[in-house]
Amino acid sequence: MLEVCPLSELPRGAARRVDVEPPIAVFHTDEGEVFAIDDTCSHQDASLADGWLEGCEVECPLHASRFDLRTGAVDAPPAKLPVRTHAVTVEDGMIRVELSADKPNLPPDIRARLGAGARA
Amino acid sequence: MKHIAIVGASLAGLSAARALRAQGFEGKLTVVGDEARRPYDRPPLSKEFLAGDMTEADLALEADDDELDATWLFGSAATRLDTSTGAIELADGTRVDADAVVLATGSRARRWPGCEELAGVHVIRTIDDALALRADLQPGARLVVIGAGFIGAEVASTARKLGLDVTVVEAAPTPLAGPLGEQLGAIVARAHAANGTTLVCGVGVAGLTGVDRVTGVDLTDGRHLPADAVVVGIGGVPNIDWLRGSGLELGNGVVCGAGGETTVANVVAVGDCSAWYDDSTGAAHRVEHWTGALERPAIAVATLLAGGLHQGTVAKAPYFWSDQYGSRIQFAGIARPGDEITIEDGDCDTRCFLATYRREGRLVAVLGVDQARLFTRWRRQLAAAPSTV
Repeated sequence: MLEVCPLSELPRGAARRVDVEPPIAVFHTDEGEVFAIDDTCSHQDASLADGWLEGCEVECPLHASRFDLRTGAVDAPPAKLPVRTHAVTVEDGMIRVELSADKPNLPPDIRARLGAGARA
Repeated sequence: MKHIAIVGASLAGLSAARALRAQGFEGKLTVVGDEARRPYDRPPLSKEFLAGDMTEADLALEADDDELDATWLFGSAATRLDTSTGAIELADGTRVDADAVVLATGSRARRWPGCEELAGVHVIRTIDDALALRADLQPGARLVVIGAGFIGAEVASTARKLGLDVTVVEAAPTPLAGPLGEQLGAIVARAHAANGTTLVCGVGVAGLTGVDRVTGVDLTDGRHLPADAVVVGIGGVPNIDWLRGSGLELGNGVVCGAGGETTVANVVAVGDCSAWYDDSTGAAHRVEHWTGALERPAIAVATLLAGGLHQGTVAKAPYFWSDQYGSRIQFAGIARPGDEITIEDGDCDTRCFLATYRREGRLVAVLGVDQARLFTRWRRQLAAAPSTV
């Protein structure tokens, strides 16, 4: 379990990027729920924690694809693939995240930077 | 409407096809593309794809679940449109008997006149252009980029990263003065010098030197810049020549109303080839941005399906982004000389800031440099602001 921060440090409507590899984004919605998804948009290198949070969706700050915080699903192009979701628990006022073991859908530019270069 | 043809198979054409199906069009759909490739994304051509960090497959725009049920005709350009029927003729002799048409033929890169046969002189618009340039981007080589606009800056940035010696030549006294205004254009352009690129401003290009292969660039002040390769980044030309004589009103692009409607009821135009009326300026503009090609087709398709009548949805303010030298620049709105500029956050010296443009007290544009979160907030305020005084 990854300890993120006390719930009191993440107000409703706010998001926090956590620098694990790959980074994740933790959202506290206006309705009071807490969700965690991969922080990097599956289309291009943009931080979803910088995106626009509305209900249970976050809009990518670069190209406006929206991701559902509950499922990771994307609603419209340019992103084509979902992001991973991570299980969140809030106990004793502390936000903890269980990182997904699934393979992340990282964008091509990030894959290249991580060394899995595209140039074959 | 039984058969709609979309002329142009890049982002605007694909978005139009998606919008037609999403809005319930169940008739025959034909998409014509002059390139022999399926729709692909162009922004990475000056950046990640040029650097070799993305493959052709990464550029694909279509998703696995795109069920468009369209006939795709690739590799031959449209040469004639009969607006009385909607029929289209292609260069290879194919005839498409559509009864309504979405024009999405885009634009092409403006070339330096007289250099068609000179090796080492490049533009960037297509995958083939980018592949040809990539082959010339060898470490230690000397690259001259003509034009300090966004394409020029992105190519210069990529080339620096690959270890080239780069000079950018800009005829205007200040780079990016058109889109960003002089003050902020100058600040954004400081990234060149900070990253080892030489920027020469306020000097024109007199000509290119070389016999079979380019050897350099002559400037109007008498200087000569030796070059192993040259990139010409001086804007785009709308692909509308084939429409001359069709009866459509043509200016700098196909002249359209605020909903993509043309002077012909069964024809709409989207993307780089179109100039939509913008209420905030009272004029038609060609908006050559990726986002416009993504979003505006839904408006134009609604217009087309309603028989050429704009259904009222207004296009969002123009928005574009540029990644250069590790910085992310985002801009929304239309800036004009004389706008009041305020740095709302950050500072110009570190090139990490959020700036707003106001005209008569009204928010008209927003610029963010490495300020993604704040930019989104301001862009929304811009969208909420009334577009006319």
